Amino acid sequence: MIVVDPRICLHCAQCVGTCPHMALELNDMHIEVNENCKSCKWCVISCPVGALTLEA
Amino acid sequence: MDDEYDAVIVGAGPAGSHTARFAAEGGAKVLIIEKRQEVGSPIRCAEGAARRSLEEAEVIINPKWVSGEMDGAMMIAPNGNFLVVDEARAGNEVGYVVERDLFDQDLAKVAVQRGAELALKCACTGLLKDENGKICGVKINHMGEEKEIRSKLVIGADGHESMIGRWTGLAPKLEKNDIISGLQYRMTNLDINHKFVQFFLTSKYAPGGYIWIFPKDENTANVGIGIVLSKITHKGHLKELLDGWIASQPKIAQGDIIEIVGGGIPVGTPLDSNVMDGLMLVGDAGRQTDPITGGGIGNGCRAARICGKTIAAAVKANDFSKEFLQIYETGWREILEERLYRNWMAKEACLNLDDDVFNKIITTLDEVGIEEVNVFNLLVVIKEKHPELVEKFQDLI
Ligand SMILES: Cc1cc2nc3c(=O)[nH]c(=O)nc-3n(C[C@H](O)[C@H](O)[C@H](O)COP(=O)(O)OP(=O)(O)OC[C@H]3O[C@@H](n4cnc5c(N)ncnc54)[C@H](O)[C@@H]3O)c2cc1C
Repeated sequence: MIVVDPRICLHCAQCVGTCPHMALELNDMHIEVNENCKSCKWCVISCPVGALTLEA
Repeated sequence: MDDEYDAVIVGAGPAGSHTARFAAEGGAKVLIIEKRQEVGSPIRCAEGAARRSLEEAEVIINPKWVSGEMDGAMMIAPNGNFLVVDEARAGNEVGYVVERDLFDQDLAKVAVQRGAELALKCACTGLLKDENGKICGVKINHMGEEKEIRSKLVIGADGHESMIGRWTGLAPKLEKNDIISGLQYRMTNLDINHKFVQFFLTSKYAPGGYIWIFPKDENTANVGIGIVLSKITHKGHLKELLDGWIASQPKIAQGDIIEIVGGGIPVGTPLDSNVMDGLMLVGDAGRQTDPITGGGIGNGCRAARICGKTIAAAVKANDFSKEFLQIYETGWREILEERLYRNWMAKEACLNLDDDVFNKIITTLDEVGIEEVNVFNLLVVIKEKHPELVEKFQDLI
């Protein structure tokens, strides 16, 4: 499960555009992760500030 | 807000607002929907824009958003050697450094003054289709209220995060080489040449990309990094690289950070099609960003002008078919496609260059001189002295 740390997130939507599975959305200044997530971690490495983590 | 429009434009970035302006000027009834509460904020940009492409796009230059006019650009090799290019020879890449939030707001204002309507905190949540599966409007969430808006055309100007491109299948998923991850600090108390934008080539700190300094005033600048996703190995890597580079540059390390900017840039090949029945993609959503520089303001506005005029023409002809929308499709490709494709190939070939090669390239260019900086001319000049360096690029020369 991808978890976004709102204290770090810049709301830049890089992860949203990067996700190959349409699993992320930027809504009202927070990133939401939906059930399409395949835990591929593209978003984790793409985040410019490291705000996303894949948690077991 | 009405229930029906000629065109709904999703996204009030430069591409969306500029499209709306030309559509409204041509008499179309258009609505721009923007999910943020404020156009242009937070900024996701280094704020460099070529004067020439803005002029070609008929953007009305407003001194309020021009934060600086550059004399030229510098490309700095890992060994510190550099190439200076004045504005006249800098091709499409230099000119203004803008205040990007004010720029976006101004384009939106012009569009509204020309007759477009703008709805803020209004997110597109889906596309409406008629009984034949043809797109006929959008589903929105406007300040918490779910609504449906009918329209003859939908324009996806929703940027790198575009869902319109994905829902329609027009914009397939990007490869890791085709996504740039960007991070930038606005810094002050710097010791910089504030009349030149600077590009630093360094495979140590910016593999598969570059580091930039775009001046805002005498001692303030946007200092940023952009590299392709395939070169990022772990969480937080991009920030480590930028911080590491800054620490290695005393004149920059002395500065203080006053703003942080992040963002993604699509740098894939042009799409097979930017149009379908009742729909067009423009700007980053339409993958019109330059793959070498990552610049998308100028290209987006140039395409938007044609997109907006096409909307107006479609309304007059009452024809919203894919065939009619070829006016936009062929128009934008005529001015942008060849360069996008060439620069994409150059980007692919550049991804693995090492510092030694960067040093040779900059030294060669400095010695030989270059008429106008673009990928083609760079390669030709390098070929004269170091044919081995451009072997991979043969197709481009
Ligand atoms: C770090 C960085 C540095 C850059 N530096 C430069 C530079 O120096 N020069 C340059 O030319 N380009 C630069 N770029 C690229 C440039 O910012 C983009 O090409 C440009 O913003 C594209 O404009 P656009 O209108 O297509 O999309 P955007 O500016 O991204 O606008 C899209 C808009 O759509 C809205 N939106 C998205 N989804 C929805 C939805 N579902 N409903 C409603 N609204 C929605 C968004 O909120 C946004 O306002 C940089 C990018 C980054 C990340």
